[in-house]
Amino acid sequence: MRAPGRLRALRAFVLKELWHILRDRQTLTILLLMPLAQVVLFGFAIRTDVTDIRVAIVDQAVDADSKALHARFAGTSRFRIVATGPTTHLLEPLFRRGAVDVALVIPPGLANDLAAGAPARLQLITDASNPNTGSTMQAYAGAVIAGWQADLPGTRAGLQVVPQVRMRFNQTLESVNLFVPGLIALVLTLVTALMTAISLSREMERGTLEVLLVSPLHPWQIILGKVAPYLLLAFANVVTALVAAWVVFQVPLRGSLLLLLGASMLYSLVGLALGVLVAARTGSQRTAMIGAMLVTMLPSTLLSGMIFPIASLPTPLQIVSNVVPARWFIVVVRGIMLKGAGVVHLWQEFTILTAIFLLLLVAATRSFKERLA
Amino acid sequence: MTLAIEVRDLTRRFGDFTAVDAISVEVRAGEVFGFLGANGAGKTTAIRMLIGLLAPTSGSARVAGFDVLTQSEDVRRNIGYMSQRFSLYDDLTVSENITLYGGIYGLDDATISARMDAMLQTLDLASARRSMVRSLPLGWKQKLAFSVAMLHRPRVVFLDEPTGGVDPITRRQFWEMIYAAAAEGTTVFATTHYMDEAEYCDRLSIMVDGRIAAMGTPGELKAAYNAPSLDEVFVRLARPAA
Repeated sequence: MRAPGRLRALRAFVLKELWHILRDRQTLTILLLMPLAQVVLFGFAIRTDVTDIRVAIVDQAVDADSKALHARFAGTSRFRIVATGPTTHLLEPLFRRGAVDVALVIPPGLANDLAAGAPARLQLITDASNPNTGSTMQAYAGAVIAGWQADLPGTRAGLQVVPQVRMRFNQTLESVNLFVPGLIALVLTLVTALMTAISLSREMERGTLEVLLVSPLHPWQIILGKVAPYLLLAFANVVTALVAAWVVFQVPLRGSLLLLLGASMLYSLVGLALGVLVAARTGSQRTAMIGAMLVTMLPSTLLSGMIFPIASLPTPLQIVSNVVPARWFIVVVRGIMLKGAGVVHLWQEFTILTAIFLLLLVAATRSFKERLA
Repeated sequence: MTLAIEVRDLTRRFGDFTAVDAISVEVRAGEVFGFLGANGAGKTTAIRMLIGLLAPTSGSARVAGFDVLTQSEDVRRNIGYMSQRFSLYDDLTVSENITLYGGIYGLDDATISARMDAMLQTLDLASARRSMVRSLPLGWKQKLAFSVAMLHRPRVVFLDEPTGGVDPITRRQFWEMIYAAAAEGTTVFATTHYMDEAEYCDRLSIMVDGRIAAMGTPGELKAAYNAPSLDEVFVRLARPAA
């Protein structure tokens, strides 16, 4: 076929794939909203562990009662006093660095005020970049103060705790910053591998693939046509996830957006090749779907460093994690987003991902051919 | 006389099993050829080799003047194929399906649009242009599938049990379409289980256990086996002991 004919054929095929995708409104809606939902859900769900709350105490009173309050905080395992001082000046840099979660400000003359029954205003400042953990920490601190208050001798009227929530940019909100890259990996894998596997195995199951293969379309045109629309969808998903992460959790993007998108496209290609491989290896849509879930979901969440750090995995699993593409992709995304890393720092990961992609591509093409012969 | 299909000693083995055993067939251009055989006789395997979906173990075949092994792309461009399974996309509209297949065969937009109009006119489907294919009755689907397989005006069209599950009236209409295609010079190579359909063919072959047991016009076959109907011929060949 002449070149324009080939292009026309490819265009017709890509159009048809787009029609399939656009017509299946429910699936499309799910696919488009998934990154948004996951970023928000995971963001709040993963970050509820508040065991090691770092507290700073500004003691302007320095009397028996304020010392008792000190001792209260020192005595709970949940809190760790990281700084104490006489003035509130010390707080600003601590919050800015993210070295402290909660600050307690004790007003001057606390013991006198309490003895006189005058109002004493305790100030509680909480880093609330994440509203969920912010309020939890606030509640814990409140409980400690209430305990201290209950043990006060004599009158206890007039004590006022003034909670103050500060929306501080916190660079070490680690869990949220670390999981967003993992989430991008997960969403991309789902959209690319799972959807390609399903759509290709559907054509096998229905027999339409046979008709396509009898047509002058080249197998690579069929694959490309299948894959191109999902690449587009994957692109939209990356952008959604980034925007959601930034708007909801203020996850920074310190490196190059272009490099990040490029890396995402490379990773999508890996997923697409994996999808083709799974479809070629399995007989039906159902098996293809389960197969794709198995080879994508579990490894990319559990063995990728997304939730559990690679270093904390048992050695055999650490070795296995080397062939999980998500592991390398997450390193790339974290590097670009959190550290502003460039190609110079990440070329190894890029090389590994490219190698995995080429390997999968060869394996997929082979299985595809075997399947048809 | 030009040959549309030329098959020489075509063989396909799967392990120890010989599905197609050195068959030789010649089909003239413009002929309607019936390719008959019981289930499992090897028809589908033979067709798959002719349309390039399966490589032969040995032997050779030329379709539309091109070698299926060495010139498969030329073969594919010059044939149409309607598979046993319904080959249109259920979740696309009638016109989208036509546009897709026209595009795949490299037709330009103007040609596709002109042929689509003519086709829908003939099929009396003009009002269903924007309907989802899944909403059409089976008979219409099959006629549409055949028309789509003919969209790029192939020189040879392969029909693998095209009328399965279709009512007698629609089957009659379907064969009228096949004759119309043949009249315009397209060679038709069809498998079927319906012996009344076999009667419509110019010539036919009957496959038994991977071999071609008989070949000729319906009249010749009935005479050779001294049988009143093709049904009878078929049963005698397929069950030699009876």
